[in-house]
Amino acid sequence: MTKPQQVDTQELRARYPDVFARPASARLATPAMIVVALAILIYGLVDLDFSPSRFFAGLSQLGWISLMMIPPDPGSSLPIYLKALGETLSIALLGTTLAAIFALPVSLLAARNIVPSNIVRFPIRRFLDSIRGVDTLIWALVWINVVGLGPFAGVLAIAVSDFGAFGKLFSEAIEGADQKQVEGIRASGGSALHEIRFGLLPQVLPVIAGQVLYFIESNTRSATIIGIVGAGGIGLQLAEQIRVLEWQKVSFLILMILVAVAAIDFISGKLRFAIIGRRAVA
Amino acid sequence: MTVAVSILPEQQLAALNAAYRQAVSRRRLRLLLGAAIFAAALALAAIGAEVNLRTLFTYFGNFISYFDRILTLENGQRVWTDVGEWFWGWRKWLKMLGETLLISYVGTLIGATFAFCLNFFAAENTSPAPWLRFVVRRLLEFARTVPGIVFALVFVIAFGLGPMAGVLAIAIHSTGALGKLFSEIVENADMKPVEGIRSTGASWLSCMRFAIVPQVTAGYASYALLRFEINVREASVMGFVGAGGIGQELVVAIRKFYYSDVSAILLTIIVTVFIIDITTGWLRSRLFGKEART
Repeated sequence: MTKPQQVDTQELRARYPDVFARPASARLATPAMIVVALAILIYGLVDLDFSPSRFFAGLSQLGWISLMMIPPDPGSSLPIYLKALGETLSIALLGTTLAAIFALPVSLLAARNIVPSNIVRFPIRRFLDSIRGVDTLIWALVWINVVGLGPFAGVLAIAVSDFGAFGKLFSEAIEGADQKQVEGIRASGGSALHEIRFGLLPQVLPVIAGQVLYFIESNTRSATIIGIVGAGGIGLQLAEQIRVLEWQKVSFLILMILVAVAAIDFISGKLRFAIIGRRAVA
Repeated sequence: MTVAVSILPEQQLAALNAAYRQAVSRRRLRLLLGAAIFAAALALAAIGAEVNLRTLFTYFGNFISYFDRILTLENGQRVWTDVGEWFWGWRKWLKMLGETLLISYVGTLIGATFAFCLNFFAAENTSPAPWLRFVVRRLLEFARTVPGIVFALVFVIAFGLGPMAGVLAIAIHSTGALGKLFSEIVENADMKPVEGIRSTGASWLSCMRFAIVPQVTAGYASYALLRFEINVREASVMGFVGAGGIGQELVVAIRKFYYSDVSAILLTIIVTVFIIDITTGWLRSRLFGKEART
């Protein structure tokens, strides 16, 4: 058996000075960051009125509320809730479809390989960015001012806020498309529209379809939320029942939402696999 | 160099053509069927969502003129001609904006801490017991599927109006979302260091501390920053249900038709979200850059 080779610490020290004697700035960086983060946290807790007594009083209140939620019970309003859930799903489907239809032409204008001119592209991109910067709930409030309370305002709110997101995602998909097929169409004498129709769209449509399906899924959640400000759907019922403290109905509604979201997840997952194949999704 | 294209005899060509046409027509039929189903679903949805095109066309002008109105001051001039008048309440709004940022910061930090504590139990490779993993996973799933604003609605009743409800709602939602992402990072971590540490007789806790945590901190920080960015947007609407932040001011301005205030507050929110996006994006690229260098 051989003895482990003696390590020459001196030599190692000379060769890797950074490891043996880290400069003070590097050693202090992490603790300093933690201290700053904690300081902001404590300032935040004080500034936002976090008092332990209030916290524990709220917690016991929350405990009572959870007890009152059991068992979930819709009472006699199950048909209304089912209708509201249908409304929510309709809002998600219609809103996303509208957004996709309007976003496709705009995303062509925002893609670098179709519109090389920066002067056109830049304002369109910033326009899409600012639409995305405004939350769906805010759009819902704006549309309620325009078309009145109800699910239609919800559809338009989701359509507008997804329009911004789709515009960006679609244009990225288009920029990522293979240029060789477009060149092939051009070489055989196709016009610019032919290039887009036969060279580009067949490549990007499956990607776009996958994204649209994913958004329908995530919009089911958004559509439940926008009801809270009065744009129809199950969120409206939920907010009302919370405000009148009917906790059993509240827990039933939350369960309904969870089940609906899980079901939509499952279906759209299957559809996405069918459209773009298993590998592209994973 | 010339390439000769061989042309098949008539008979063979006809058979191939027929096969091709059949394949194409089958695909077209399937596409058509899919489109028909989709159109039917849309029609059904249109009825369900009470879509009324006449309302839309009648009031669409309102939508355009709404933006015209929010960009007009009370004296009839465009807002940018008198910025002082437009942002008359900037002191109050800036304070509310600070509150919004604090809400999202505190909420993200609390959520990330809880997610950090829970994710080792949820990850496939580090969970001490299958039943524990199942329970923790379902808990996280619940926390991230229920929208944050629904939590806020309930918390406003339990904890009273104010930013506390917003912070807790954001914390719970972030716990759910980050717990899942964190546990995915842990599942991708290298298990050899764990074996090494376990072979020295260390407990489960030391295994996590010395084998897993050093591998995953950069990823954790990156996801937490991303979550902070999302939470700023979410905190800006928490005020709609009375859970603090600038949303309160915005909803009052929208509901009471203080037009120029709406545009001023919206602009403030959009600019803030942009700045936060850019800053966290820069920070995250630095974090990952550091990771790549070592």
